[in-house]
This record gives sequence, C-alpha cells and structure tokens, in this order.
Amino acid sequence: MSRRLSQGGRLIDRSRTFHFTVDGRRYGGFAGDTLASALLASNRTLMGRSFKYHRPRGVVSSGAEEPNALFGLGTGDRFEPNQRATMTELYPDLTALSQNRWPNLEQDLGGLISRAARVLPAGFYYKTFLRPRVFWKHVYEPVIRALAGLGHAPAEKDADRYEHFNVTVDVLIVGGGVAGLQAARRAGAAGLRVLLVEQTAQWGGRAPVDGAVIEGKPADAWITGVLSELQSMPNVHMRPRTMGAGVYDHGYALVYERVTDHVSGAQGPRHRLWRVRAGRILTTTGALERPLSFAGNDLPGVMLAGAVRDYVVNHAVTPGERVLVVTNNDDAYRTALALSEAGVTVPAIVDARPGGGGALAEAARSAGLRVLTGTAIAGLSGKRHVTGAALCLQDGTGEVTEQIACDTVAMSGGWSPVVHLWSHCGGKLTWDVDEVMFRPDPNRPPTGADGRGFVEAAGAANGYLATADILGDADRAARAVTEALGRSLDDAPALQAEREETAPIRAVWTMPEKAPVKLREKMWLDYQNDVKVSDVALAAQEGFESVEHAKRYTTLGMATDQGKLSNINGLAILADTLGAEIPAVGTTTFRPPYTPISIGSVAGEARGDLFQPIRRTPLHHLHEAAGAVFEPVGHWRRPYVFPRDGETVAQAVEREILTVRHKVGLLDASTLGKIIVKGPDAGRFVDMIYTNKMSTLKVGRCRYGLMCSENGFLMDDGVVARLDEQTFLCHTTSGGADHIHAHMEDWLQTEWWDWQVYVANVTEQYAQIAVAGPKAREVLETVGGMDVSKDAMAFMDWADGALAGIPVRVFRISFSGELSYEIAVPASRGEALWQALRSAGETHGIAPYGTEALHVLRAEKGLIMIGDETDGTVVPQDLGLDWAISKKKDDFIGMRGQQRRELSRPDRWKLVGLETLSGGVLPDGAYAVEEGRNANGQRNVQGRVTSTYRSPTLGRGIAMGLVRNGPDRMGEVLDFPGTDGVVHRARIVSPAFYDPEGERQNV
Amino acid sequence: MLILHCPCCGIDADETELTPGGTAHLKREGPGSSDEAFERYLFLRENPRGVHFERWRHAHGCGKWFHAARCTMTLEVFGTYSAQTHAPPREILDRIAERRPQERREVA
Ligand SMILES: [Zn+2]
Repeated sequence: MSRRLSQGGRLIDRSRTFHFTVDGRRYGGFAGDTLASALLASNRTLMGRSFKYHRPRGVVSSGAEEPNALFGLGTGDRFEPNQRATMTELYPDLTALSQNRWPNLEQDLGGLISRAARVLPAGFYYKTFLRPRVFWKHVYEPVIRALAGLGHAPAEKDADRYEHFNVTVDVLIVGGGVAGLQAARRAGAAGLRVLLVEQTAQWGGRAPVDGAVIEGKPADAWITGVLSELQSMPNVHMRPRTMGAGVYDHGYALVYERVTDHVSGAQGPRHRLWRVRAGRILTTTGALERPLSFAGNDLPGVMLAGAVRDYVVNHAVTPGERVLVVTNNDDAYRTALALSEAGVTVPAIVDARPGGGGALAEAARSAGLRVLTGTAIAGLSGKRHVTGAALCLQDGTGEVTEQIACDTVAMSGGWSPVVHLWSHCGGKLTWDVDEVMFRPDPNRPPTGADGRGFVEAAGAANGYLATADILGDADRAARAVTEALGRSLDDAPALQAEREETAPIRAVWTMPEKAPVKLREKMWLDYQNDVKVSDVALAAQEGFESVEHAKRYTTLGMATDQGKLSNINGLAILADTLGAEIPAVGTTTFRPPYTPISIGSVAGEARGDLFQPIRRTPLHHLHEAAGAVFEPVGHWRRPYVFPRDGETVAQAVEREILTVRHKVGLLDASTLGKIIVKGPDAGRFVDMIYTNKMSTLKVGRCRYGLMCSENGFLMDDGVVARLDEQTFLCHTTSGGADHIHAHMEDWLQTEWWDWQVYVANVTEQYAQIAVAGPKAREVLETVGGMDVSKDAMAFMDWADGALAGIPVRVFRISFSGELSYEIAVPASRGEALWQALRSAGETHGIAPYGTEALHVLRAEKGLIMIGDETDGTVVPQDLGLDWAISKKKDDFIGMRGQQRRELSRPDRWKLVGLETLSGGVLPDGAYAVEEGRNANGQRNVQGRVTSTYRSPTLGRGIAMGLVRNGPDRMGEVLDFPGTDGVVHRARIVSPAFYDPEGERQNV
Repeated sequence: MLILHCPCCGIDADETELTPGGTAHLKREGPGSSDEAFERYLFLRENPRGVHFERWRHAHGCGKWFHAARCTMTLEVFGTYSAQTHAPPREILDRIAERRPQERREVA
C-alpha cells in the first residue's frame, strides 16, 4: 500500500493538517502536500481513467508532465476540469472530482472498451467509423461523446478575476532550480534587470531531492543562501508558481502565474499572464524523466523513479511497500537508495545494461540491495494495481527468468532536457547519441532582431545532468547573456559540487529489446490517449512515416500533457520501425504553451464591459435614456430603433419610417466618417481617391462619391463637401472611416509623397444629426438662426451658420429620399442641438429613428449600402452607378482594375429591385436558381438577394439583389428557394421603389 | 511579436502597434498598362524565405508608413527606412550584404 512515512518530508509541515474531499470522500493531508502526495499518503492510488480505453490510471509523475492524475477542482462558478494533482498544492477544504469515469472511478463501464482494444487500433476514428455514414450521427458520435472527453466544462460563469502584466527585462530566466538560481545570481550581480520564474512553489528544483552537495553544503542550505542573496538585489525579481509558457519573436515571452490557486477563498486575481519583452531568455527548465516501454507499464503502481524519490524525500510518502526499480541509467539508483534509507523494501534493481551502473550502483550493493544487470521486465501482474513483475533478459525476446512480488515499479528510461522554450521560436535540436537525448544545438538558436540567438539554455535543460556540470553551465550561460547585452561579468571561481562516477546510459526503447508483438501490444507510450508501441509501429507500416503524421494518426502526444513523457519514446519506436536514425525522424513541433494555461488568463481584464473598447456618440446617453435598442457598427453602438411602451421592435421600426415619410424624424449620424483633405494638391488627390471628378465641385456644394480599391471593387461611398478651394470634407460610412483614412495616408505617404496634401480624420470632433421628413424645414425654421429655404439652400448645398445659437454646418443631403438636412456641430454641442430640435419639432410629431428605419428608407429609394450590396467583389458598374464614374479622368484608384475582362464582362450580376408575387418578404441572402446543376450537384444560380425588408410605405416586401443581366430582364419572375423549403417567387423591377423621380427631397 | 524601429517617430514599436502592408517598392501600374504588368503589380508577390523588404504602418503610434528590411526566416531586421523612396538605402543594402554574403540579391 502507499502510505505516509513516519519521518522526513522536506516540504511538509506535520503540525498543520488540511482536510479535503475527492468524489465526496474526506481525506487528510499536510501543509506542503500536493493533491497527489496527499492521496498517495491516504493509500488512494487510482486517480483517473485513460481517454480512449478508460483503463485505470495511477499517478506516474510528481510534476508538470503528469498525464494521468487529472481532477476537476473546485465547485460551481470556481470549478475547473483537468487539473494535475501533482501541481495542485493542498489547501484546507480543497474539493476535487475524478474524471472520465461512469458511474464512478472504481467501476467504470467505459473500461469495457479496453476489452475491445483489439478492434480500436491506431487511426480507429478514421477507419472504424467511416461507414455507414448515417451511423456517425446516430450511433458513433453519441457513444463517443458519452465516453470520451476529459472532465466536464464548467457550467457557470467564471467567478474569478484575471489580469495581464506587461514588463520589459534584460533577462528572463525560466526555471528556479540550481541552474536558474546561479544564473540569476550572476546576471543580477552584473546589474541586469532579471526576472526569474519557477513553475512550482519551491526553489531549487531536483538538487535537494537528489542529495546534491554544493560548496560543501547540502543543496537546501546552499539554495537558502542564494535566495537571500537574490532577494537583496533590487534588480532581480523572483516569482514562484510562475511558468514560462511560450517564447515568441524578438524576445517576447508569455509567463503564467498562478497567483491564488494554492489558497482557499483568496482575494485578488487568480492567474496573471505576464507579457514579457526580454533582451535575452535563459531556459533553465531542467529535464523530464522518460518511462520505459515494457508490457503492462500503464498499471497503477508504475511510476517514474524520480517521482517516487520526490514523494519519499519531499512528502515522506512511499507509493508502495515493495518497490521494484527498473532502469537504463544510474539516476534511478538514487531512488532505490532513498527508499531503502526510508525503510521501504526494494526487492531488486533491474538494470538493462549488461555492465550495470557506476558509483551509485556500488552504493546500492553496499546498502544490501540486489542489482540485476542486463535484465528487463517481461510483464507485470495485477489487474488494477501492480502485484508483481516477471523478469527477462534485455537482449532476449521475453522468456521469463524470474518472478518478483512488488506493489510498485519505479522506472527510469533516462532524462530528456526540457527544450520546449528553446524550440518555440525556431531553436533547433541535436541528438546526443551518448546521452540518449535531444539537446539544444548551440549553433542554431532562435534568432532575434540583431540576427543573434536570444535564447540560451543552461543546466539540465541544456543536457547536463550532474550538479557540478549544471552549475558550470549556468555560469557559462549567464556570462554569454550578460556579454550579449553589453555588460561585463567579474570572474568568479567555479562552484564546487560533489560528483560521483557514472556509467553511461543505454538506449532502451522496448523491454526486452526484441519484444514480440504480444508484448508490444501491452507497452504504453501515451498513458492518457492510450497509444501503444504497437500503434506507432502500425502507423509507420501503414505509411504514416512522418513524425507529424504518425502523431496525428495515433494521437500520440496529443493529450493534455502534449506528450511530455511519450514523444521521445514514440519517435524512437517510429525510427526503429522505419529503420531510420532518431535525428532523421526528428521531433514533432513544440508549440506554446508549455503546460495548459487558463482561458481566463488569456482574456485577462478583457471580459464583460471591458471586453473591447466601445465607441459612443456624443448623444449616446440620450438614446439610452430614450430606451433605444442598440446595435454594434464596428466598435460603435448605434440606436437600432427607439421602441415605445407596448411596441414590438418591428412595430417601432414601421412607426419610425412612417414618421420620416409623413412628418419628421431625427437620426444620430455622428458615427459617419469625416475626413478632411486639405492642401494645394487636394483636388488632384480626391480625383484619384474617388471615381468621380471631385476637383470640379464648387465651394458650398456637395457631391456623392465612390471609392474603389486598386482592384476596382467598390470600397466605400459618401458625400463630399468642398469647404474651400483647398479643402474637401469627405464623408465615409460609419464602419469605413478608419480604414479609408489609412488608405488615404497610404497613398499620400508611399506613392504621391510629393503632393502637398494633409488628411485628418475628424469623425469624433463632430456630432451630426439628420433632420428628415416633409416637416424638416419647418423644424429648422422654428429653431431659428439660418435661412434654410429652397432658394438659400438648394439640394446638395451646404452652409455654415447658427441654429438655436449653436454654430452649425448644415448639409442639404438625403439618404431617405425626403427633404433632409444633416447638421454637424462640435461634439460638445450635440446634446444641446438634439434637445433644441426635439422641442422645436414637438408640434410636428418629431421622433428619433434608428438604423433599421434608415436602412428601410434607403432601400425604398433603391440606394445602395456598403456591405449589403457590396461584398468586395462588386464594381460600381454592377450597381448601376456608372454615372458616378468619371469618363474624363486619366486615372483614379481602381480605374485600371475595372478594365479587366472579368469586371467588364457583359453578363455580370447587376443590381435590380425584387418584388415578391405574394407581397411577402424575400429571405435575406437567398439565391435565384436556374435550370441545371453544377459539378457539385447543386442547383445553378443566377442571382441573390442583397437587401430585403418589409416596406411600411408601400405595404409590401421589397428587396434589392444582384441578378445576371438583371437590368435587361425587367418583369421576369425568378425562383428563390428559402431554407424553410418554400420557393419564393419574385419579379425583377427597378430598385427605385418609391418616388423614383426624387421629387420629395427636392422641395 | 516583432519589434520594429519607426524611423518617423523614433520609437521601437511592438508589433501590436503596427499594421503590415506587404511588399515594399512596388511600381504602380495604372490605366494603359498591359494585363501582365497589371497582374504583376496587383497580385504577384515574392514570398522569400530570407531577405524581404516590407511596408509597415505605425498605425497605433505616429500613423506613418515606413519600410523594413527583414529576414523572414531568422527574423533578423537589417533596418527600417523611410517609405518615401523607390529603393532601399545604400546602408541597408550594405548591411544585408555583410550579414548575407551568399545571398546575391538584386533590388529592382
Ligand atoms: Zn512612429
């Protein structure tokens, strides 16, 4: 059984007992425990179920790489699935739920799937569920969904708070083991601004567990000394529980801090995402131990040797009473010695190397431990936990030589440097045959803006495993980084650390080496996704030879642990099957984040009201008070409609339209883009920007204009007013102001930089109000201050003046077809003018109208709307706007584009009006079908609906659309099948449904 | 997340402040140009794995366009320079030649 040892535990405080519950059952642990160590201390070894076969899973590691011991943590609005028990610090009243089991972890029905494992080989999703197609929806998918999946998504809105930090440092050091501490100490002494982060709560990494002795002191004592030294340096900042998540271009890094996860009911942000700009990044991220592939290696009770040692030394927990150690390297002997010292039986150390180990092996023998060399595990006994191991020769095919009773197997397949951060931004790796590991290739680092490497790896992350080498490499890296940043470093004597003589590691990818398929089918590579040695071999045989293909076909390394334990072993099997060398097969791509980070931390403060910046017009608060329903237009919020008590939205829209048609309406048009174009060459410039000849516009007059992209496609439209000889005011669509301004700047700065023109986006400087309807003039006359008569201000005139004592600029333009004035005032005077107009219009029945009424009013007039009638593939000629394209100009932006054959083709889809035979409303976006089918078996089409509304003015549905040769086909009836199964029939008519002569606006 | 020095306002701008504008030093083809020339101007772009001359706008800064010479593979920046030019300045070309002696690149 796994249990707490009566003595020891460098991280736990036996005087502080915490209670916690898992699946409703109460357990106890100590301060300093992780959820995993506390469960092991309580003899709970079954911690999860695998993803595909629902096989029982025990904790295999003690750190970030854990694939098995995943729990849902917290409750209600603080519930979060897939949390690693090994990284979860115990706190009072922690609540956890096991995952991926039904009805409970002990009796999981999905486990039956593992009996069917034979029919679920690699690529089983692709093969098994292909046919029949109808089975997918009704049989396969529901079953897979019920059984697959890890944990449950939280049901409630996240109650926690998250935030971002932006920092700039000279050096970011990731990993607070002895290498990171030593490097921080050296870089700090050189005066660099250092940020040192460590993903766990403890500094010092593995050195104290491994019994390292530095400068004659036990590692713990040395670490304490360095920590106080670092804390005294104002230029060094240290953060525990903070993980280096990703490295990106030019020294950008994301760092993930778990601020309050370890405290119950804590205040403050839960997670913090640091956006770091570092001159150099130093990765001292250590190494991860690899499992060994032997039959039955996924049984609960099989653990990494280093993890077993961690639990014994850090938490005084032994995972079993008889722990068999199996290894291909010297390091696992430390585990055997630590167990033996703690009084736990180690029945044997099984070493695959014929020559066995070095000094540590000697020490083990001296301690009376039995060491078997050239030996391997042939298989394990036990159904839900290890009960014994069968041994064989490593160089054989698995004939059993001996049976050993044990309840735990501590395995070590060697150590892989954590090269993730080195690799994220393009750092390359080199395969070290002697050390059996991929390590960073110092000649091919990720490069920064200066063309030099900006990431430096040191210590175990750089392939050094002995403490003395690790510290020496940290010194080297600190010097390299310091000098790269233009500082110098005093010479310091190399640190002295004890070093034992070691024997070389042996590459062991299966146990035994020549294991038959029968054994390979029981060797797990990926514990979470249930990928076995035989699956990778099968994938290779079926042609998935690229490591990236084999990964996706088998799902190796695609689980939440991203293959931290399985990738190297898997690609070694792939290489073996292909008869290739490991470096020729290569690794899969390392992608950020290193371990999962919360979505909350990514969002940071950008949620709820702060999700994105909102642009409000100067009149916004008035609309709110009037009960407007708002709609987003870009970042703007515009009133969609102003419903009155008892009105539906549709009723309110109709009322607003009829108000404009029969009385007078008020529209907040402040969002309309307003760009000033000014200078001696302004006329020349607007002639290039617009398709029309704008330079001939007279001061005091307005003209509707079109802007195209260089492709020739219609991009934006609006009314231009000439303010003086050298100044044009260009109105753009609400959504288009910023990009049209950028478009103008682009041409002025990069093409015609010698032209004397300035442009300025003054959109937000003005409030703009449209007064539209037959009573508009009377309203303005009531307000008083300007002559707005037909003679003084004709259609398409503008004039400066004052209304109600407020300085205004009045444009006599109309987007509704009614008599209409658009009045611009400084933004701060918008409210006063709006109020003045409302009170002046009261006797005329004035009412505000929103964007929906605006849209219907313009559609009744057949006026196009950018984004409805255009979609980036429409030229003005398609919309019957040829009149707005100058024939006299030599050039404008889009002119050459429009001359392309495709855009001048005679049978293009062109704008028409559409009138349903029934009087109803055509469905938006519906296509007009014609005879025949295309190559995909779909009905051929000949047009589509671009705008469609019910017109209250005309009492029926009206629509605009683009139809092949439309204008030449007036009166034809087209079929528009709707998604409702009804075929809507509509007649092609002129798009000018209402007042086609424009008499109403010209009064 | 690149950092590019804006030659107009002198700031080392984070990529979030910038908007990309594609290949630099294109020659505009207007009315009268052949279909081939217009196609080349409008659509055909080199996508080099190596040295590239690019347009960038300091959109959330001074608002000005500038050019950058950058290696698309190593992310090395050889320099940024004014957009009001038809070709990269001599010192940028010299720096590229120094850093990429094997890459004999003609700039139109
Ligand atoms: Zn700038």
